[in-house]
Amino acid sequence: MAKITASVFTSHVPAIGAALDLGKTHEAYWQPLFAGYDYGKQWMKDNKPDVIFLVYNDHATAFSLDIIPTFAIGTAEQFQPADEGWGPRPVPVVKGHPDLASHIAQSVIQQDFDLTIVNKMDVDHGLTVPLSLMCGQPPADNFEWPCPVIPFAVNVVQYPVPSGQRCFNLGKAIRKAIETYDEDINVHIWGTGGMSHQLQGARAGLINKEFDRVFMEKLINDPQAAADISHIDYVREAGSEGIELVMWLIARGAMNDVNGGKAPLLKQRFYHVPASNTAVGHAILENQF
Amino acid sequence: MALDKPYLDVPGTIIFDAEQSRKGYWINQFCMSLMKAENRERFKANERAYLDEWAMSEEQKQAVMARDLNWCMRTGGNIYFLAKIGATDGKSFQQMAGSMTGMTEEEYRNMMIGGGRSVEGNRYVGENGSAQAQNQPQGSAGKKAN
Repeated sequence: MAKITASVFTSHVPAIGAALDLGKTHEAYWQPLFAGYDYGKQWMKDNKPDVIFLVYNDHATAFSLDIIPTFAIGTAEQFQPADEGWGPRPVPVVKGHPDLASHIAQSVIQQDFDLTIVNKMDVDHGLTVPLSLMCGQPPADNFEWPCPVIPFAVNVVQYPVPSGQRCFNLGKAIRKAIETYDEDINVHIWGTGGMSHQLQGARAGLINKEFDRVFMEKLINDPQAAADISHIDYVREAGSEGIELVMWLIARGAMNDVNGGKAPLLKQRFYHVPASNTAVGHAILENQF
Repeated sequence: MALDKPYLDVPGTIIFDAEQSRKGYWINQFCMSLMKAENRERFKANERAYLDEWAMSEEQKQAVMARDLNWCMRTGGNIYFLAKIGATDGKSFQQMAGSMTGMTEEEYRNMMIGGGRSVEGNRYVGENGSAQAQNQPQGSAGKKAN
């Protein structure tokens, strides 16, 4: 049977993608940020998953205002890196895992979460920046990501976004779905976005290190307390776009300890301000069996 | 019964809710069109003519041509959509966000390097933090403009 072996949490700032693509990673501004992912890149090589279930949000890329799904699962064979207005990022096509993705869709809908099934979509920096941070740039002679990826897009653009509690419960449902998949494969679940940031208005540039520290603490050690945080607290304390942190709770809800198992092992915890407008947080949790 | 909108007392912030989304449908859909290189070229060649192809209000068109992102947002624009205009102009997200504060690019960048804007005084309308109405514009870019 398939099992979830680890969860990875990371911000997904577009400027990080630009810094990588334009070769700026060694500049003094960016160096401390990328250094925080050195461990994660090595860890990915040592703990290569068969599939990554990647929770992210679309930033008005695949979904315009024509259709706004709250939860969308990508079931396609592949997903093209999107042109977000600056031209597409020079990164590999994202190969999906249609078989596992449709299995998860069926199981999760039967557990009363209404997913939108997406057979065609481009993926933006929300998905490709975490891959770049954790996998590095694939070599030209083997230009692909290390494994298939199932994109799972959450609406955090138009309010109201799903609550932290709902995301946490959804993570539990996704876990059940993955555990009933017959193949013996090793799945990572990633939660991306955040941490504190606001991209709009006179309050643009808001950063709240104390909120981020407490959130990270709760996420790791008391995830139910993190799930209890209300929308308005994210907006007021972490900025209007800090609400992306609800996506981390989907990944956290899929871990063993909140489903009757052992507490996870914390392998990495990192925090840096700023990347462009944003506080960057990153953590790796390994399930214990 | 009116909907619960607990976020209306957060200073310097417009939450993109269903009402804003309804109001901003066309300005945001116009922005989406800029994800195609050929549309970016057509827009740059003649902004007014390109905007006139969309069912936007005159105010929305003026706000776009003025590149006033706060104004765009008041008319229903959302920052992730409006970012396509910035991308078309070759602007980074930091330049776009900074432009909404009245700071110069350098002032805003320095604020971020210094740890960002503090939440103190910026949680509720009526406090006295940097994002409050009585403290606008915040930087020399905005002061020059006024």
